[in-house]
Amino acid sequence: MMQIRQLWRHPDFRVGAMDLMPAAPGIAAWGLMTGVAMVQSGLSSIEALLMSLIVFSGGAQLAAVPLLLAGAPMWVILATAACVNLRFVVFSAHLRPFLMHLPLLERVVSGYFTADLTYVMFIKRYPNTSTEAAQQQAQQAYLSGNCLVNWFSWVSFSLLGVALANVVPARWGLGFAGPLALLAILCSLASSRLRWLAVCAAGLAAVLAYALPLKLNILLAIAVAVLLCMALENKSWAKASKP
Amino acid sequence: MNDSTDAWTLLTIACMAGITVLTRSFFYISSKPWQLPGWAQRGLQYAPIAALAAVVVPELLMTQGQLIDSWQDARIYAVASGLAWFAWRRGSGHAVLGTILAGMAVYLPLHIGLGW
Repeated sequence: MMQIRQLWRHPDFRVGAMDLMPAAPGIAAWGLMTGVAMVQSGLSSIEALLMSLIVFSGGAQLAAVPLLLAGAPMWVILATAACVNLRFVVFSAHLRPFLMHLPLLERVVSGYFTADLTYVMFIKRYPNTSTEAAQQQAQQAYLSGNCLVNWFSWVSFSLLGVALANVVPARWGLGFAGPLALLAILCSLASSRLRWLAVCAAGLAAVLAYALPLKLNILLAIAVAVLLCMALENKSWAKASKP
Repeated sequence: MNDSTDAWTLLTIACMAGITVLTRSFFYISSKPWQLPGWAQRGLQYAPIAALAAVVVPELLMTQGQLIDSWQDARIYAVASGLAWFAWRRGSGHAVLGTILAGMAVYLPLHIGLGW
C-alpha cells in the first residue's frame, strides 16, 4: 500500500494533475452553474451545499433536484441517480484490472473520484495494465493527481455557485464552457478513422435516443458505437491512423 | 430560493453519494479473480471516446430534447470557433484551454448581447 505522501511526491502525480489543468476552467464553470441551478430550482442552501460536497456527479444532481422538490419517494430518486450514472459501471469494468492490486478501501475511494474526464485521460495514458510495482505506483499517482484537480475544480466552484446563486444569472450561460472543454478533449482523442466513427455513431445515437428516460441514451450510444467499431475494426480503411 | 431544510432530503442526498460510490466502483468491490472476455476487452477500447461523445454532443446541439433549429443560436458559432482553434493549435499545450476560451469569446457576446 502506498502512503499518501508517496503518491503526492511521485512525479506522475504532477503529470496527472497537469493533464487535467487545461480543462479545469471548463469543469469549474460547469460546476458553478450546477450550483446556481440547484439553488434556483428551489433546493435550500444547506441541501445544495451538501449535494455539491458529497454527491460529485453533475448529471445525477440535476436529475434528482426536481424529484426531491416534488417529494418523490427515496427509492425513485436513488434509482434515477443510479441509472444516470450507469456509464460509470462500464468504466469500472474497464479499469478493474488496473486497480485490483489495491486494498478494497483504496479501490472504492479511487472509484468514487473517477469521473468521465479522469477515466478518459487515464486510459489514454495507460492503455495496458502492468504487473510491475513501479508502473502500478505511477498509474496510481497519475490517477490521484488527475482526480484531485478534477474534484477540486468541480466542487469548489459548485460551492461558489450555491453561495452566489442570486448574483450569477443563469441566463449568461457560463456553463457552456463545460461542454466546450469536453469537446476539446474529444478532438484530442479522435486520432484515427475508427475513433471518428465512434464519435459520430455515439453522438448521433445520443441525439436520436434523447427521448429515453434517465439519460439512458448515453448508455445506448456507448453500446452502439462500441459494437459498430468492433464490427468494422478489421476493415483496411479503418486501420489507417490518419484520416 | 427556499430556506427550509428537511432531514429526509439530507438523508436522501447522503444516499445519493452512496450511489455515486456504488456505480463508480461497481466492479472493484468483489476481489474474486475474474477477467472480462477478450471481445469485451477489445470493445472497451472504444468506450471512452464514445462515452464522451454521447455526453457532449446533445449538450452542444440540443435544447430540451430538440435539435437546434435556428441559425440564431450562439452555440453553433461558439462550437465552430472552438473547433477552429483546436485545429489550428492541435498538439500544442494550449489546445484545450484555447478551445474553451475561443468558444466562450464567441458565445458570451452572442448569447448575452443578442439573446441567441
